[in-house]
Amino acid sequence: MDAGHTAGSSRIVLDATDVSRAVTRIAHEIVERNKGIADVVLLGIPSRGLPLAQRIAAQLEKIDGGTVPCGSLDITMYRDDLRMRPARALESTAIPSRGVDGATVVLVDDVLYSGRTIRAALDAVSDFGRPRSIQLAVLVDRGHRELPIRPDYVGKNLPTSLDEKVAVRLTEIDGHDDVAILGGAE
Amino acid sequence: MRHLLSTGDLDAKEAILVLDTAAELAALTDRSVKKLPTLRGRTVVNLFFEDSTRTRISFEIAAKRLSADVINFAAKGSSVSKGESLKDTALTLEAMGADAVVIRHPASGAPHRLAHAGWIQGSVVNAGDGTHEHPTQALLDAFTLRHRLRQGVGDLDGLRVTIVGDVLHSRVARSNVLLLSTLGADVTVVAPPTLLPTGVETWPCAVTYDIDEVLPTSDAIMMLRVQAERMQAAYFPSAREYSRRYGLDSERMSKLPQDAIVMHPGPMNRGMEISADVADHGRSVMVDQVANGVSVRMAVLYLMLGGSMEGAA
Repeated sequence: MDAGHTAGSSRIVLDATDVSRAVTRIAHEIVERNKGIADVVLLGIPSRGLPLAQRIAAQLEKIDGGTVPCGSLDITMYRDDLRMRPARALESTAIPSRGVDGATVVLVDDVLYSGRTIRAALDAVSDFGRPRSIQLAVLVDRGHRELPIRPDYVGKNLPTSLDEKVAVRLTEIDGHDDVAILGGAE
Repeated sequence: MRHLLSTGDLDAKEAILVLDTAAELAALTDRSVKKLPTLRGRTVVNLFFEDSTRTRISFEIAAKRLSADVINFAAKGSSVSKGESLKDTALTLEAMGADAVVIRHPASGAPHRLAHAGWIQGSVVNAGDGTHEHPTQALLDAFTLRHRLRQGVGDLDGLRVTIVGDVLHSRVARSNVLLLSTLGADVTVVAPPTLLPTGVETWPCAVTYDIDEVLPTSDAIMMLRVQAERMQAAYFPSAREYSRRYGLDSERMSKLPQDAIVMHPGPMNRGMEISADVADHGRSVMVDQVANGVSVRMAVLYLMLGGSMEGAA
């Protein structure tokens, strides 16, 4: 979600400390669920999923030692709404050199909403190989799913109405960390 | 992007968007599945009224990697050889539901006519028209220059590019001069006076007759093919004299800066505009140019057909 025009109110729901705690907790849950980090590959979905993936990777390395391959996965070419808007610029895709065959791929995104981005990401991953499993980590789950997709790791469940926007801001891109809900009826 | 008819229609921002998109798409070659689902259900017609192997195949691979359906329509062996006009061919393609037409035609301006006459709804890509333009060739050359000499980012500000040879008949030269100057490069064209088009002084480039004077200040040199098939008159006394005065051999190559690259749009006349040892030299990037052609054409087709038609300029 873009931190674009605020058509009214804006309230901060996670501050920098909350974001940092959420990332740390997600990392711990990934280790717990997978009994370690062997064969875990993180793929961040640009733009804001990528810095989140890198932060989770750094946490994983702190918790369990070793290195965690971390890459980015642009899903633009796999979107189901390409024909509704003019063609858009592509973001970068960089799959770690070990590939995804046999790996436990953890997709990382900032906000889970309709689930369509993740549907596209599942298609994109399978063009790179055959992971043993694919899991999903998101900083914010705001509900309103349109597809049968659910996250495995959630930083914060954030009930929202459809006329609200969720703005995730990260230091790497926006200069500071927080999550805000924009607009909607007060 | 609605049509791609001339590189003169592209501003720097649009050109860089094509190059950036191509850079991302280039990585597709290393993947296990070399295909993206983006243009599923779209139809691209390759309409070639002139012989071409590499450009047609390059467009065909590009469209197929984006999952478009490709129909190759060569003038030879088609109703065109029975006398069908461009208009009737276009109306036929429209009736069959072509989303994009990639056209190569011996007449300058044929793609423009096809795009603007109201015969078809789809996008038109100029794949070379007469002695006018060949925009995707210029885009792949710009991509190659940027990749080799600018780490693959930004524009070509201050890059010194020299284009040598048959500028008069070369659509590659015109498209490159327009595009490279838009991207900030300093372009010089070199040719004998008989092979320069009238009005070349209005082009955004420097012009000289002497190749040796510009070699030491060229970051890249692009050798054009001597187009014997377009020459009805004698433009130079003999092939040997042309080769001696304007051909690139290893002696001339040694006068280029250390890291300068040699380009050629192909097909090469070895021994004519370029000697065999230069053609096979490590600083000659012809193979890169061909590979980059697929990425650039994918980028063009994606930017044209990937989004909605409404709202596109």
